[in-house]
Amino acid sequence: MLERAFSGSDKYYRWMTALLVLMGLGFATYLYQYNQGLTITGMSRDVSWGFYIAQFTFLVGVAASAVMVVLPYYLHNVKVFGRITILGEFLAVAAVTMCLLFIVVDLGKPMRLLNVIIYPTPNSILFWDMIVLNGYLFLNILVGWNVLESERKGVHYPDWVKPLIYTSIPWAVSIHTVTAFLYAGLPGRHYWLTAIMAARFLASAFASGPALLILLAFILRRNTKFDPGRQAIDNLSQIVTYAMLISVFFVGLEFFTAFYSQIPGHMHALQYLFFGLEGHGKLIPFMWTFAILAVVALVLLINPKTRKDDKTLQIACVCVFVSMWLEKGLGLVVAGFIPNPLEQVREYAPTVPELMISLGIWATGFFVLSVLYKMAISVKEEAAS
Amino acid sequence: METSRRSFLKAGGLCTLGLASLPAADALAQAALPKVMANPTALVGKKWGMVIDMKKCWEKGKEGCKDCVNACHVTHNVPDIGNVKEEIKWIWQDEYEHAFPGQATHYNEEFIHGKKFILLCNHCTNPPCVRVCPTKATFKRKEDGIVMMDFHRCIGCRFCMAGCPYASRSFNFKEPRPFIKTELNQTFPTRERGVVEKCSFCEERLAKGQIPACVEACKPGALVFGDLEDPKSEVRKLLASHYTIQRKLELGTGPNIFYIV
Repeated sequence: MLERAFSGSDKYYRWMTALLVLMGLGFATYLYQYNQGLTITGMSRDVSWGFYIAQFTFLVGVAASAVMVVLPYYLHNVKVFGRITILGEFLAVAAVTMCLLFIVVDLGKPMRLLNVIIYPTPNSILFWDMIVLNGYLFLNILVGWNVLESERKGVHYPDWVKPLIYTSIPWAVSIHTVTAFLYAGLPGRHYWLTAIMAARFLASAFASGPALLILLAFILRRNTKFDPGRQAIDNLSQIVTYAMLISVFFVGLEFFTAFYSQIPGHMHALQYLFFGLEGHGKLIPFMWTFAILAVVALVLLINPKTRKDDKTLQIACVCVFVSMWLEKGLGLVVAGFIPNPLEQVREYAPTVPELMISLGIWATGFFVLSVLYKMAISVKEEAAS
Repeated sequence: METSRRSFLKAGGLCTLGLASLPAADALAQAALPKVMANPTALVGKKWGMVIDMKKCWEKGKEGCKDCVNACHVTHNVPDIGNVKEEIKWIWQDEYEHAFPGQATHYNEEFIHGKKFILLCNHCTNPPCVRVCPTKATFKRKEDGIVMMDFHRCIGCRFCMAGCPYASRSFNFKEPRPFIKTELNQTFPTRERGVVEKCSFCEERLAKGQIPACVEACKPGALVFGDLEDPKSEVRKLLASHYTIQRKLELGTGPNIFYIV
């Protein structure tokens, strides 16, 4: 099946070449980091995780969101999702690939990566994150590949795939829950120490993931003979609407607890993000962009007219994706470290090499995604003709 | 020889299983490790701790004294990176409102203003850094409760730095060796870039019967080291006769550094 990814239009080749160039630049920059150490990043002893871990956290959500098409299709027999289920699964594969790469580039000693397996440590959440992420990657590759291969042959997928599909549903929830536990269980990091962290993560994941899926479906419809179906897009956009509402609601809950209780430690990070703390406020413009985009997205999504219109729906989906990226892929991780445990405000901003490496990883993710989607679409086009 | 795909996969699966059983085999093999006799002159305790008499430090110490910090950093080849961002510190000084955030009010400012507290790893009874480490590179020694680091096992994920509520951990963002500005201590390892480090309560000195370097260096005797489980130890006597405070006791980490103010 993979051979289908090697033939395509000129446009497809140009796109893949562009991605390869970005991957190459990212890799070259990584070699520089490998040689110099993490000193080339903006991270410090105070903000000891930065852009890499924030991207990782956001992308775990994108990966987990595949369950939003898999669950209705396989458990509730929502037939309209039949055509896009594979897109959800392959999106998960690409997203988890990026997650794993972001973890690797963040390590100070990447060559010792296997120590996590050689000295298994069940009391560390990172150990469990390694297990659930890799497990989820394999589940989605196995399920996606086998279901697609059966479609190509015009037969029903083999029986042994079914239990894997069912397993993948709670597994998707587990990857984002465990990732939230990385943060939610740390004493002295007030911004992260919230019981609704996992719930917030899941809600924002189920907004940003399906929003990206809708955008991808539109791109595929424009460039190929593949049609995801009007009803599928409609259903997905409803999921995005609810998830986005719940996400914004959850952010509101954080605000209430912090500012009504007036406990300084609980207010600090939010103050830093939205209003500035002790004269520091690098993230203020980004966080207000998040707030504005979230409101725009909700207005466009809640109104059925704009939600059902292709153009405004796409704008809404871009707003959802970007706003959730700002909130989770930027603010959440960085603000957890500000102020530091000594209540000093030490700010963080990613450096150019850090952004180059991140861009390279995003390009890698989209490369994997393009290969898998090309394969899936070709098979579907053949099956249709 | 003809090998079918099925039998190849079977053999591959078996090999993977064999590899997976390695850690189990290792765990079993550890039981058979040879026992080494401990140095008879070594200092032994059940739970090492420290009482820091800040009054003594401020009143009897000379202005701007950094003897404890210097002694520690020379002993352990701690590099002087020269910027706040990547600074490496095992023991350091900071003001009251940073050492005990949330405790300072503007009424006690005058009394405490500009006074520096001595900060170091608390060698917690319930250390979050140990709980979060994915490789056991940081661990709590069973015999005496010292929270230690294996520099050769650390993968540099910095989870421990996120976990530590005392900012006691430093990461080697760049190659530290060129920044060791004091004379190299040949008996203590230097570190590589990419690993985390912190105070080890001078476990290497205790093993030779010496007290920690910072304690030894403090001329007014403000730093007192001892076994918290031994009712006759000097630390216990100080704790029995003075009101002491600990950093962020409310987090349940069980810090073992006590301050007399």
